[in-house]
Amino acid sequence: MAKTVQEVDQVVIRFAGDSGDGMQVTGDRFTNATAVLGNDLATLPDFPAEIRAPAGTLFGVSGFQLHFADHDILTPGDAPNVLVAMNPAALKTNISDLLPGGTLIVNSDAFDDRSLAKAEYANNPLTDGSLAGYEVYEVPLNKLTLGALEGITGLTQKDMLRSKNMFALGLLSWMFSRPTDGSEGWIRDKFGKSPEVAEANLRAFRAGIAFGETTEVFTHSFVIKPAQLDPGTYRNITGNQAITLGLVAASVRSGLQLVLAGYPITPASDVLHELARHKQFGIKTMQCEDEIASAAAALGASFAGSLGVTVTSGPGLDLKSETIGLAVSVELPLVVLDIQRAGPSTGMPTKTEQGDLLHAMFGRHGEAPVAILAASSPADCFDIVLEAARLALKYRTPVIVLSDAFLATGSEPWKLPDVESLPDLTTAFEFATGPNHEGEFWPFLRDEETLARPWAIPGTPGLEHRIGGIEKHDGTGDISYDPENHHRMTLLRAQKIAGISKDIPRLEVDDPSGSAETLVLAWGSTFGPVRAACKRLRNNNVNVAHAHLRHMNPFPSNLGEVLHGYKRVIVPENNMGQLLKLVRAEFLVDAQGINKVAGAPFKAAELTQALEAHMEIPR
Amino acid sequence: MTSNGNGQVIQLTKKDFESDQQVRWCPGCGDYAILATVQSFMPELGIPRENIVFISGIGCAARFPYYMETYGMHGIHGRAPAIASGLAVARPDLNVWVVSGDGDALSIGGNHLIHAMRRNVNMTILMFNNQIYGLTKGQYSPTSELGKVTKSTPFGSADYPFNPISLALGAEASFVARTIDNDRAHFTEILRKAVAHKGTKFIEVYQNCNIFNDGAFDAVRDPRSGRENRIYLEDKKPIRFGKDESKGVIMDSDAQLKIVDVEEVGEARLLVHDENAVIPGRAFALSRLSHSPTGPVPLGIFRSVERPVYEDLVEQQIAQAKERGGPGDLAKLLRQGETWEVS
Ligand code: SF4
Repeated sequence: MAKTVQEVDQVVIRFAGDSGDGMQVTGDRFTNATAVLGNDLATLPDFPAEIRAPAGTLFGVSGFQLHFADHDILTPGDAPNVLVAMNPAALKTNISDLLPGGTLIVNSDAFDDRSLAKAEYANNPLTDGSLAGYEVYEVPLNKLTLGALEGITGLTQKDMLRSKNMFALGLLSWMFSRPTDGSEGWIRDKFGKSPEVAEANLRAFRAGIAFGETTEVFTHSFVIKPAQLDPGTYRNITGNQAITLGLVAASVRSGLQLVLAGYPITPASDVLHELARHKQFGIKTMQCEDEIASAAAALGASFAGSLGVTVTSGPGLDLKSETIGLAVSVELPLVVLDIQRAGPSTGMPTKTEQGDLLHAMFGRHGEAPVAILAASSPADCFDIVLEAARLALKYRTPVIVLSDAFLATGSEPWKLPDVESLPDLTTAFEFATGPNHEGEFWPFLRDEETLARPWAIPGTPGLEHRIGGIEKHDGTGDISYDPENHHRMTLLRAQKIAGISKDIPRLEVDDPSGSAETLVLAWGSTFGPVRAACKRLRNNNVNVAHAHLRHMNPFPSNLGEVLHGYKRVIVPENNMGQLLKLVRAEFLVDAQGINKVAGAPFKAAELTQALEAHMEIPR
Repeated sequence: MTSNGNGQVIQLTKKDFESDQQVRWCPGCGDYAILATVQSFMPELGIPRENIVFISGIGCAARFPYYMETYGMHGIHGRAPAIASGLAVARPDLNVWVVSGDGDALSIGGNHLIHAMRRNVNMTILMFNNQIYGLTKGQYSPTSELGKVTKSTPFGSADYPFNPISLALGAEASFVARTIDNDRAHFTEILRKAVAHKGTKFIEVYQNCNIFNDGAFDAVRDPRSGRENRIYLEDKKPIRFGKDESKGVIMDSDAQLKIVDVEEVGEARLLVHDENAVIPGRAFALSRLSHSPTGPVPLGIFRSVERPVYEDLVEQQIAQAKERGGPGDLAKLLRQGETWEVS
């Protein structure tokens, strides 16, 4: 039977299965094949915190959503139009998201009585008619995989069944006309250590393709043309990968040794893992005994003249507070990366939230201002880390970078920058080399413009000096309990951070109409959903402006002006209104919040609706 | 010696290591003697002043770096070993010291202390043990004796104390020693041996806090009566002490160490100290000879063994990576993995 090929402009696929089914790997691989094809894309992995939750259970379901298109897209998609469900639990937890009429591919072999019971299904959904509203493809993945692997020796049946995700990958690759060479190469690499396992996965993958091509189950496949992106070389990148590359770039572009100290914590550990591999760049990574030590070690490295970096998530930020306070007091560079996750306390380690902004802002005793930055997309994590390094080095201050679980594990195509075009960080700082005050060295004599103190590193003759957390005398840096001096030093530290606003870009407003009366002000990972929601509103002839903050402290110098230029200001956040509080307090605007703390990013549709409600637009 | 900035090397004296800061310990505090000993020893180190860094946490002892004309950081409570670890990893060329007290090192900073020793980061840790919290005005510390009556324990402490030497040995420290604040000759000798050792040097210093815990170490510290109780450990020599070296230490059949009359048991039975013994069992047994400094107490080097140094291994991995793949190439790194062109 000749099969037809249908052209579509975008698809949202969700792979869902048991934690042990390899859904993240499958999704990742499909994403890379999609990226190489030139589609624009955004991904949203969603997995439980448990490493191997009990098989077949509802809470053990792991999912990976990918939105790809022939045009510029902003989010991983609100709802899938293709759902791959590897077992009843995956079907049960995901089916309500599948768009009406959407394509559902299920592993029919997994729908035995026991699995159905585990998923709390009273009746088999494949036979009870409840799936009538979808285009259902029942594929006996277990049988087909075992059949394809017949004759491979040295593998048990259980081992063989592990390859069924590659069968699914093959099938989907055929269905959406993905290139297969890359995936084959990848399988060989990944399982290179064990030839039988590599062979099994390769055979399963090919069998999946052949199954789509030859059986009569599927009558058509799809193509999605490449998107019109800026010319250049691209790769697909997650936020955590971008952070890692940003750190390497910061070391290269500053000429400084980078020392990153961390402690394993979800979803930040990948930064430590990835960076530990780049020893060729002279980068040193330390896995410390705890979060406290890793902040302290990073500060020790900065004192020594390296770029000290520590990476963590919210629970770790709690513990690093005291070191950040010390860094404020001793005025040394320190980059603190906080990959936010749902809190409080352990919260939901693998789920996203923007709950740490006020912690970053105020989470220290005393008056302890720091610079704060927030990345707005996975690829932006690269640029934001370079900016963090620039500010830390130039102003000798801790800089907290806020990313989150959504950015950390989500991915998008990234146009590779020219190394030469990256900021030159060597101009951001210089080490002190000699006396700065009447033949003496005063460690707290500030640069008049930046208010930064000199960075005199051990090994520099004649500049021996002591720093510490006790209040210092303005200039000499000697211990001082003088009340007026403390007041002055407190002001100086605050002015130094506030002064950064002169050194950062003004806030740009996206308002194609130029006449919007409502401003949507947002920050961090909500960029995609907010931009997408604003587009939808504009498509319905509603004028709306969007401004997105990357510098959270200090704010861009024109933020007040921008806010006062609109009748209505709406602040959507994945928290209970933290930026909202800051702008209301600082600029006395009657801004209103839209808040979602569900461990997941905003969907464009729900945000559009919420914005309409705020703007009192009748639906 | 140090370079004077013009590339000339000049001989330094104790004075060169005294900062211009007024020393603010209580008059009569044992810290003064420690500071004088360390400052006097520094010229002998033969390391330029600018390459020496003192790191501390919080407490009376932690003020130490302010008084040393070297680089220094007065950090946060308990975190000095962690700050110093980052410093040493970043700059293995520096000579790193940590100055801490019993509360700072063993209570709030216990975790950092044991892990620094386990990793064998190259630094000298001076732990001033005064068995009390001084700076916060006299609460019991993790080395205070059971039953100690303090402000926070009006009915006596119910906390069993740490034995710092046992703890350091248990934490795999490669160099473990004990000395006394007012015994300058012994203290200096320990410092000399410590700086010659590569790795973490843990030195417990009995320090008198004459304000909140005066006389805690009198049994060994008193210049006259205390001498009797000082068991000076000398490498590869039988362990003897007391008046005319009449007493000694033997290992009993049950592997317990015992203090004996040398004449009674004969010199041949005395335990011969071996600070380089690979198995730390004997050093540990020696540390248990006295849990608190109320009777005969071993002083000197309990253990000194070679073990890979953390930051050296870090450097080695970098050198190997560069040797294998050449120096890092950022443009190449960015292009790693699957890329595609859009024209
Ligand atoms: S309180 Fe005790 S330890 Fe502290 S300075 Fe005074 S005497 Fe010394």
